[in-house]
Amino acid sequence: MRKLSILLAIALLFSLLTGCCQRDGGGNVQETVRFLNFKPESASVYEEIAREYEKETGKKLIVETAAANTYESTLTAKMATREAPAIFQINGPRGYANWKAYCKDLSQSRIRDIVTEDSLLLRTDEGVFGIPYVVEGYGIIYNDEIMRKFFALPDKKTDISSADEINSFDKLKEVVEEMTQRKKDLGIEGVFASTSLKPGEDWRWQTHLMNIPVHYEFEKNDIDLATDEVSDFNFEYAENYKKIFDLYLNNSVTEPKMLGAKIVGDSMAEFALGKCAMVQNGNWGYSQIKEVGGNKVNAEDVKMMPIYMGIDDEDMGLCIGTEGYLAVNKKMDEATQKAAEDFLYWLFSSETGKRYVTEGLGFITPFNTFSEEETPDDPLAKEVVSWMNKEGVDTVPWDFTIFPSQIFKNNFGSNLLQYAQGTKKWATVKDETVKDWKSESGR
Amino acid sequence: MPLTLAFLVFFVLPFLGGLFLSFTEFTTVEDASFVGIGNYVKAFSTDSGFINALIFTVKFTVVSVISVNVLAFLLALLLTKPLKGVNFFRTVFFMPNLIGGIVLGYIWNVIINGVLSYFGVDITFSADYGFWGLVILMNWQMIGYMMIIYIAGLQSVDRGLIEAAHIDGASHMKALFHVTIPSLMPSVTICTFLTLTNSFKLFDQNLALTGGAPGRETSMLALDIYDTFYGRIGWQGVGQAKAVVFFVIVATVALLQLYLTRSKEVEV
Repeated sequence: MRKLSILLAIALLFSLLTGCCQRDGGGNVQETVRFLNFKPESASVYEEIAREYEKETGKKLIVETAAANTYESTLTAKMATREAPAIFQINGPRGYANWKAYCKDLSQSRIRDIVTEDSLLLRTDEGVFGIPYVVEGYGIIYNDEIMRKFFALPDKKTDISSADEINSFDKLKEVVEEMTQRKKDLGIEGVFASTSLKPGEDWRWQTHLMNIPVHYEFEKNDIDLATDEVSDFNFEYAENYKKIFDLYLNNSVTEPKMLGAKIVGDSMAEFALGKCAMVQNGNWGYSQIKEVGGNKVNAEDVKMMPIYMGIDDEDMGLCIGTEGYLAVNKKMDEATQKAAEDFLYWLFSSETGKRYVTEGLGFITPFNTFSEEETPDDPLAKEVVSWMNKEGVDTVPWDFTIFPSQIFKNNFGSNLLQYAQGTKKWATVKDETVKDWKSESGR
Repeated sequence: MPLTLAFLVFFVLPFLGGLFLSFTEFTTVEDASFVGIGNYVKAFSTDSGFINALIFTVKFTVVSVISVNVLAFLLALLLTKPLKGVNFFRTVFFMPNLIGGIVLGYIWNVIINGVLSYFGVDITFSADYGFWGLVILMNWQMIGYMMIIYIAGLQSVDRGLIEAAHIDGASHMKALFHVTIPSLMPSVTICTFLTLTNSFKLFDQNLALTGGAPGRETSMLALDIYDTFYGRIGWQGVGQAKAVVFFVIVATVALLQLYLTRSKEVEV
């Protein structure tokens, strides 16, 4: 027995030691680039890319994917191991603050040179630390077939006669409220899909919708987003937020008190099955709409409009931006860093790489190596591109990358749920949000 | 000797590492800078949620330790009687314990929301719903396991002692409280120890059933530590400090409980 335990202990130690030594002995092995992917839905495509990359260049790429909502924790765990990723993703200035010690300055890299607009880069005075790789947009997605049906009703009261004419909150409200009265005629259960407020499923409201009042407040007060000034936020447009949020709640498929159990997938399914006419989400949601069995929405009828909330409606476009920045790990050896940059350049500039990006990953990219034709083929991506190029409207950037912390967002989300359930007053929600912003910013 | 070595490498070293990290600010465990007791001060500040989580956890633990043990004991009494299908029922009651916490949490989330939907609300509506939901879940999962331990204990109680008590004129109740239960104290010790530590350390079920909603009101200690560690940038050290405090609390409570119930055990 005693001998056995000695043997076991030695075996254990041995396996630990060999684990450590493997790397030192492997001088002849070529550099392997590890990439920690953020998007679980793209995992299989990245694996194909890795195979193709090895075939074309003979270099090895290992793609690992973090499960949904666990990127930060996976990255934290991986960084401390020998299998740390050479390429990882940071989600903007807040993410950079956390991972400063690992982000390489990419201002001299080839990949930086092909980014179309410098404003998209994740920059500080010291250099460029993150390369945006996908541009996404969100707004109110609507099913034009149902809208046409409504506008064709002989006895409708509103003067508006097509969804294109909706260009302000007041018009949106007018149309939505009349549609709710006529929902039987339209064959829908509500105008808007469920306002999913289950913890962890509330990002469409606590992050995306909140982006709009935050953006306009900082713009009005001339706040420099790169400075400490952002730790003061007064939620000046709280009433505007309430207006649109109430509209979502009161004209929904689901009773407000039941929203704490709804997830984003439920909302997208309701839209896909034609139970509702509108849902707030982004172009990434199209794959979800498409995959629902018994889908009743035609691709050409899926359209998107800006989220009007009565702040600056006439100039408002979709919310378009990026929260995904690729960074190269500067704690790796020189050769691996170089190999990582080479891979990124290959992915976004070579013919093969570009084909996978547009067709497989379905990204609208911010790189000048992509031509007009090389954009993804889904209807929502096309809507985003067309809104981006539309004359006379300003896109709202993704300023939510400067939101203080995940805790701030979670608290705001649960406050919204309590407001929807009627257990919290809006004034309290506003006060707590302002207070939370301050305390989570470290004030 | 090899055992000591393994203990050192796999337990003592990581533990000391964790203790050290609780006094530092860090992103990954490799680069840490020393900040003294700052993390502990932050951990106990009002907005960190730790105190709330502690109160909630203590309430939950008290209620579930009592309910799990009482119910498990009653079931064990019932299933040591000569009934038909005893073995079948023992298996059925034990089964929930074999299912993982996350799965259980989601199943009960669906069940409870299904019931509450008749009243037009769901489990996130009030912290009380979350609390009792967790208690029900904990009971459902732990009762079978504790029952098995009590059954084993009951079967080893000397029948002669009980018969002697009856001959001396003791009623069934008297025999139960003065003979059976005292000779069952070792089982009580192990069962309260298991339920106590498991309730205190509950994580999966909490995450899956309520996720802390409404607000952070139903976050227990382990979930609060997890959220602090991953939810706030620059708060990893504070999460670590909370974890150390958590360890101290669990260890103290468990040792105290062992000492108290041990002293009630009788030698036959």
